[in-house]
Amino acid sequence: MFEATQLNRRNETTQKLFRLALGGMTGILILPVILILGTLIWKGAPVISFEFLFTGPTKGMTAGGIFPALLGTILLVLVALLASVPLGVAAAIYLSEYAPNNWFTRAINLAIINLAGVPSIVHALFGVGAFVIFFKFGTSILAASLTLAIMTLPVVIVATRESLQAVPEAFREACWNMGATRWQTIRRVVLPNAVTGILTGVILEVSRTAGETAPIMFTGAAFFLPLLPQSVFDQTMALSLHLFVVSTQVPNMPEQLPYGVALVLISLVLLMNSLSIALRMYLRGKKKW
Amino acid sequence: MEQQSRQAVPRLDSDFDRLNRDWYIDKAVQVLVFLGGISAIVFIIGIFVFITKEGFGFLVGDFNFREFFFSPNWRPTSENRETFGILALIAGTASVTGLAMLVAIPFSLGAAVFIAEFASGKTREFLKVTVELLAAIPSVVWGFIGLAMMNPLIIKTFNVPVGLNVLNAGIILGLMAAPIMTSIAEDALKAVPDRYREAAEAMGATRWQVIYKVVLPAAKNGLLGAVLLGVGRGFGETMAVLMATGHSINIPTSVFDSVRALTATIAAELGETAAGSSHYQALFTIGIFLFVVTFIINLLADLVVRGVRKG
Repeated sequence: MFEATQLNRRNETTQKLFRLALGGMTGILILPVILILGTLIWKGAPVISFEFLFTGPTKGMTAGGIFPALLGTILLVLVALLASVPLGVAAAIYLSEYAPNNWFTRAINLAIINLAGVPSIVHALFGVGAFVIFFKFGTSILAASLTLAIMTLPVVIVATRESLQAVPEAFREACWNMGATRWQTIRRVVLPNAVTGILTGVILEVSRTAGETAPIMFTGAAFFLPLLPQSVFDQTMALSLHLFVVSTQVPNMPEQLPYGVALVLISLVLLMNSLSIALRMYLRGKKKW
Repeated sequence: MEQQSRQAVPRLDSDFDRLNRDWYIDKAVQVLVFLGGISAIVFIIGIFVFITKEGFGFLVGDFNFREFFFSPNWRPTSENRETFGILALIAGTASVTGLAMLVAIPFSLGAAVFIAEFASGKTREFLKVTVELLAAIPSVVWGFIGLAMMNPLIIKTFNVPVGLNVLNAGIILGLMAAPIMTSIAEDALKAVPDRYREAAEAMGATRWQVIYKVVLPAAKNGLLGAVLLGVGRGFGETMAVLMATGHSINIPTSVFDSVRALTATIAAELGETAAGSSHYQALFTIGIFLFVVTFIINLLADLVVRGVRKG
């Protein structure tokens, strides 16, 4: 039959070589991070206990737990979500359902890309200039959360827009033909079919918001507070800033403690992310059209 | 017939009212979502306006273009004469970002090609999820990794006194930017229509030849966009470079020199300045510079990627 020619064989070898090289590159990209995460778990896990999670820091933060920081992060995330989810979903509805294909829509898209691309420290400066000083919120949970909300707005917008656009056009047309208005169509047909997709975006935003440090440093997060925050106009501790503080600012820090803080933070973030990915996969498996 | 139409009249009336109300709700919603839609533009303009407002006093006062961009002396709190030169800070940011890109570009593009063109089924799914998770690791955790793990490793491996330097921050930043660049590059490769590949394969091209001669050229702009976004990412990264560079003002001559980045300077110093002082305003001026540069990078990336869609 057909004998493999020399050219065939050579091509075959090159092919295998390149496959191997590219696979190796992928491995080099992923392996060190897996090793790093392994070390983080190995060194951080012994620190974590019920007490570590649910008591405050003691002895100038060199001992005790992280409860105020954990609670602060949860508060910051919740308030940020309250601001960014309605706004982000509205923006996505506009872009997916109403926006004409013109320069103005392009400008909006460009602004969204830029909002995601502006350095986090510039968002912090904006938060200081706008929320802390101009709107007189002071350094507070409110100012920090609004800064975070604006910074993570693109996450919600992009995820929501994608899930809205995934709803087939025929669904809308059928609804319009029944005499429904645009909004009735969106509310009764488009949104119910897109809600899980929107949820993946929201969870992703939780993960992004929880991990950010720079935007909250000067807008509402404090290095150490003896009391828990009483209202949104109080400052708060936050997990991400706490990691920065215990690993750089505190003398005589026991080596293990920052690993514990890092492990809690990264677990929180990766858990949220995995949840979002799992939800997306479940959604993809379930899709009827 | 007559009976029916008489009955229909009142119903039509109420229907008409309902329709009328729905029409108003529809219009109201349209306005509301439009406001949501333009919020992104409002915020971008707002960011520029507010940081310029805070930095304005410096821009019209102590600001000296030549000193600001060409002097390596950043001494905002000097007793005798304050100098506000950001050249050394720019050099710090550039050296770290440059090294990070040397690390990240080949590996992330390689990984993207592998995931998009070679891997299949479960492997592909696993790699995609892993890359996505790696991209989610917060920057302060990366900074901690640089501080607690890379620092002793570099000191031991290269026998240098300090492990917080360009090398440390460059590698950290490279590992940080790579997953993002990989997923954007992979999207660009996936956007190349399968019929291109099929046509090339029908001509007897091997997998590699298809990738090298057909897929890569077709995805060129998307890949360039991925690289640009990676550069923007590295340029704007704050916490990781604050913690891993060593934070000393320096124009580096080797990768073992400690440097300080533009972003890190703001993060480290803003808390210690009095609002309205020239130091405070100078930090906001750095912020304006960062904003403008990242804006240009993002704009370029967008134009480049858009180019491929038209073609």
